[in-house]
Amino acid sequence: MSEKNYQVIKGDVKARIDRWISQYPADQRQSAVMPALRIVQEVNGGYLTRELMDEVADYLGMAPMAVYEVATFYSMYEHKPVGKHKICMCTNISCMLRDADDLVEYLKEKLGVDVGEVTPDGRFSIKKVECLGACGEAPVAMIGKEYYGNLTRERLDELLDSLE
Amino acid sequence: MAEIPLNECCYRLNHLDRSWDIDVYMANGGYEVWKKVLAGELTPQEIIDEVKTSNIRGRGGAGFPTGLKWSFMNRHAPGPKYILCNSDEGEPGTFKDRDILRYNPHQLIEGMMIAGYVIGANAGYNYIRGEFWEPYKRFDNAVKQAYEAGLLGKNILGSGWDFDLYTHLGAGAYICGEETALIESIEGKKGQPRFKPPFPASYGLYGRPTTINNTETLASIPMILAKGGKWFADLGVPGAGGTKIYAVSGHVEKPGNYEVRMGTPFKDLLSLAGGVWKGRKLKAVIPGGSSTAVLPAEKAMKMNMDYDSIAKAGSFLGAGSVIIMDETTDMVKALERLTWFYYEESCGQCTPCREGTGWMYRVVHRIRTGKGRPEDIEMLKDVSGKIMGRVICGLGDAASIPVASFLEHFEHEFRHYIEHGCSIYDRA
Repeated sequence: MSEKNYQVIKGDVKARIDRWISQYPADQRQSAVMPALRIVQEVNGGYLTRELMDEVADYLGMAPMAVYEVATFYSMYEHKPVGKHKICMCTNISCMLRDADDLVEYLKEKLGVDVGEVTPDGRFSIKKVECLGACGEAPVAMIGKEYYGNLTRERLDELLDSLE
Repeated sequence: MAEIPLNECCYRLNHLDRSWDIDVYMANGGYEVWKKVLAGELTPQEIIDEVKTSNIRGRGGAGFPTGLKWSFMNRHAPGPKYILCNSDEGEPGTFKDRDILRYNPHQLIEGMMIAGYVIGANAGYNYIRGEFWEPYKRFDNAVKQAYEAGLLGKNILGSGWDFDLYTHLGAGAYICGEETALIESIEGKKGQPRFKPPFPASYGLYGRPTTINNTETLASIPMILAKGGKWFADLGVPGAGGTKIYAVSGHVEKPGNYEVRMGTPFKDLLSLAGGVWKGRKLKAVIPGGSSTAVLPAEKAMKMNMDYDSIAKAGSFLGAGSVIIMDETTDMVKALERLTWFYYEESCGQCTPCREGTGWMYRVVHRIRTGKGRPEDIEMLKDVSGKIMGRVICGLGDAASIPVASFLEHFEHEFRHYIEHGCSIYDRA
């Protein structure tokens, strides 16, 4: 299988995926589909393509459809370009009670894009997400792999300025 | 208010510098139970008996007695068996397990080791939700430390017992907190719940016997065995032992996690969280996470934080996720957000849930946007009643309970929207 000429699953990317494969029983390579999709999405700038999903399917010995099912079921996989910094704003109940909706409106206004869109310079995109499980610091956003809590308009200004 | 004892179990080390390091854990009695187990000083049956004595009930939301769950497994059945930890913390208002993973990961690891030993599992997976990158790194690093210390792996400390522990990362799906959806997800599939029976104890991960427990449940086990089941039981109330972490969020001055004894009065918990913010009055409380029934202030203020007392008040302890709403809260808007959540997160497998959650959201949305019709209230009651009990997993019920309870206690606010096109707080 490693003899094949993969476009993305090679070198370091392959090693990272293989590490996940190794933690499941030898006949259960499919168990690594979620980490594999996360890793190829990451190296592709934050979103998946048909070609990437097909490559994952081939590498794990899965039917392409089974990979598409997973890739469209879980909300952290993207299927069109996102900003370099994908701002995931929680708007669920505990964040809503502490004015998360206002922050979403503020972000839209400040960045000049709607939810789901990317700024023309490619730096930012806004996504509304469900509960992030950090309600003690509501309102909360996830940007990249980091959580930012106790957000206000002012904190968002500082935060966005600090991101390249 | 009398002094309230805090952090006696899962959060006992959280105040210490680098509490997530194995050195800190071992300096505070960590892995002592595991060593006794490996030395044969505690048999699987003795452990189950002690856990039963402790009266611990599952902390993930269902409240099933842990000792009983473990006793369903036949540890001598041939072939692989698995212990799974559910760290897919996604119930709106819940954020307690995140702080176990971040601040006391070794106690969870020790709990998983012990549970695995009891049920005869040589491998375990901790399913951590995909958004929890920082907690995942903490946990993963703690697992590495435990391997380096010779506490995991093959023939651990010369005992002849093997146990390997891994992490599986989710990718954003509330439904994967349902145990059989979690199993499907580890198998590399969409997280759609399985029909039960067969239960995981006979047909679980990869079709093998499997036990799934919540993070807080498993992290409590080493303390139960170190100090005794009776110690734990006595911290709580009859029928529900121990401490419980309450994650308090919403309109309070000091939102956060509070590990207190089961049965602590709600009003004391509210005081711990600094009381209702901005000097306002309490309007309503969701006591156990978004899937549990909302209660008006007067009922909440009289209840204690344990299963029976909350049930008497008309709700459920759930995951202990206490969402506080002050006197300015628009209950229609709050329910609109919750119905959207369940609509978004329904896995789509069962028709009553897939279609019903959409109906409930659309009807509440139209009421909130001033387009409600007089018959909408009855329609909401009808739809929510027809989902409950007619679906494979708990999500359908979880989606219906908020609708039914918001209407039970705050129907006048919905009627006001229908009649006037605006909230009771808006000037007509």
